[in-house]
Amino acid sequence: MDAHIQVRNLNAFYRKEQALKAVTLEIPRQQITVIMGPSGCGKTTLLKSFNRFVELTDGARVYGQVLIDGEDIYAPDVDVTEIRKKTGLLAQRPYPLPMSIYDNVAYGLRIHRMSRKGRTLDEKVRHYLEIAGLWEEVKDRLHSPAIGLSIGQQQRLCLARGLAVEPEVLLGDEPTSALDPISAQHIEARLLELKQTYSVVLVTHILRQARRLADYVIFMYLGEVVEHGPARQVLENPRQARTRAYLEGQF
Amino acid sequence: MKGTKKRLHRRHLEESLFQTLMILSFLLVAGSLGFILITVIVKGLPALNVAMLTQIPKGGFYLGKEGGILNAIIGSLYLAGGGTFGALLLSLPIALYLNTYVRRSAWADFLRLTLDVLWGIPSIVYGAFGFIIMLALGLRASLLGGILVLALLELPIMTRAIDEVLRMMPMELEQASLALGSTRLETAVHVVVRQMLPGMVTAILLAFGRGIGDAASVLFTAGYTDRIPTSLLRPVASLPLAVFFQLGTPFPEVQQRAYASALVLTFIVLVISLGSRWLAGRLGRFIIK
Repeated sequence: MDAHIQVRNLNAFYRKEQALKAVTLEIPRQQITVIMGPSGCGKTTLLKSFNRFVELTDGARVYGQVLIDGEDIYAPDVDVTEIRKKTGLLAQRPYPLPMSIYDNVAYGLRIHRMSRKGRTLDEKVRHYLEIAGLWEEVKDRLHSPAIGLSIGQQQRLCLARGLAVEPEVLLGDEPTSALDPISAQHIEARLLELKQTYSVVLVTHILRQARRLADYVIFMYLGEVVEHGPARQVLENPRQARTRAYLEGQF
Repeated sequence: MKGTKKRLHRRHLEESLFQTLMILSFLLVAGSLGFILITVIVKGLPALNVAMLTQIPKGGFYLGKEGGILNAIIGSLYLAGGGTFGALLLSLPIALYLNTYVRRSAWADFLRLTLDVLWGIPSIVYGAFGFIIMLALGLRASLLGGILVLALLELPIMTRAIDEVLRMMPMELEQASLALGSTRLETAVHVVVRQMLPGMVTAILLAFGRGIGDAASVLFTAGYTDRIPTSLLRPVASLPLAVFFQLGTPFPEVQQRAYASALVLTFIVLVISLGSRWLAGRLGRFIIK
């Protein structure tokens, strides 16, 4: 397996409570990896350890290694903004930035000095809005407030905004849970296209969504990784009793 | 069954009692404001004329002769404008520091307590304090001195108002910016400030209102003059002091001018309030709710 992210003996604590227990696994390149498990099992913590978001919580500590392309993102000399640029995040609820639709996509390009203004910026903004499947709906009101979009459109705007800084990994923290079924379908369709270019890691508690999207599955329970492997194997033929119990709806 | 009905009746009674109390206290506040406004208008409007707004005092103005209060109008705008700008230069970084870096620590609590105490200090103390500092620096009563003291006077109210606005900032919005790889500073400047701008306009207005209405702090530090200041180091007049001096004369027509001056001051505050509300509304188009 061509691993994009390697996790080695990762432990995370919120004050005294241990949220991740000695997690060691690999996440394949250009596939959709789904992290599943009952709530409170540490799946969001694991996801947020990939863009160093765990440390934003007061009293949170992380020990161990997360290697993206072989580089340890927790090494002391690492620039955290570089890590976060490399890993786009789709949150549970979309939060557009308090600016226009256009500026939402341009924001990342501007702060990373990838494109400041003019035609090239216009083209890039259009390009990423197209990838996110939003361009046709917003092309006539690019300069109106992003908050005026429906929540499903906002999530696609957040996708465009995240892709604009050219990440390699896309992290999704239950990105469809706040959306209506049609909007959720929209996002799922985008993710399936995007795995051609990006490695996608998705937290979900919707089993059917995992079945629709996953190439690779990680099953977690109480801060531990119980089982991980190719989707077909884990979902159809789990090795662990706890995974089987979860798939049968016993948690 | 009967007991429930009785209790229900009592709860409704409670509700109407408290509703009445709330309406009464609202009427008390609105009534006081209305009473003040009517007094100022009734007593001031007859004395208000074009000359009053466009001329500086001529010889014998305070004895009832010709002239106007243009010196105090311009002076007050300079003082409060400069003071508010100065206060903003310090308040915004302090409030951002409180919310971006220290958040809920003992140190942040201490800073907030300090600001709250400063807020409560009477303005005459600021005036006296500023006066001592100016003496030590060899500075005389001047526009600069007045601006500095007003900036200090406005600092706590503006910082705490901005601080409260920033505390309402959704954490997820900050994280959305951080997730794109921006630094905390970029997030503060491009996202937090933008989201908070409408609230900040209100905070700035509150501080401006305190600054332009204060007489005691500028009494020693800005002085008073019949001229319009041409330099930061010259003394400057202000509307609150114009009201104070005119009311202090024994002449009824000059006292009437005091009410006219108060009317002008009230009108300035009103225009600035309405203007900033309009601005806040426009800026508010983009904020995330």
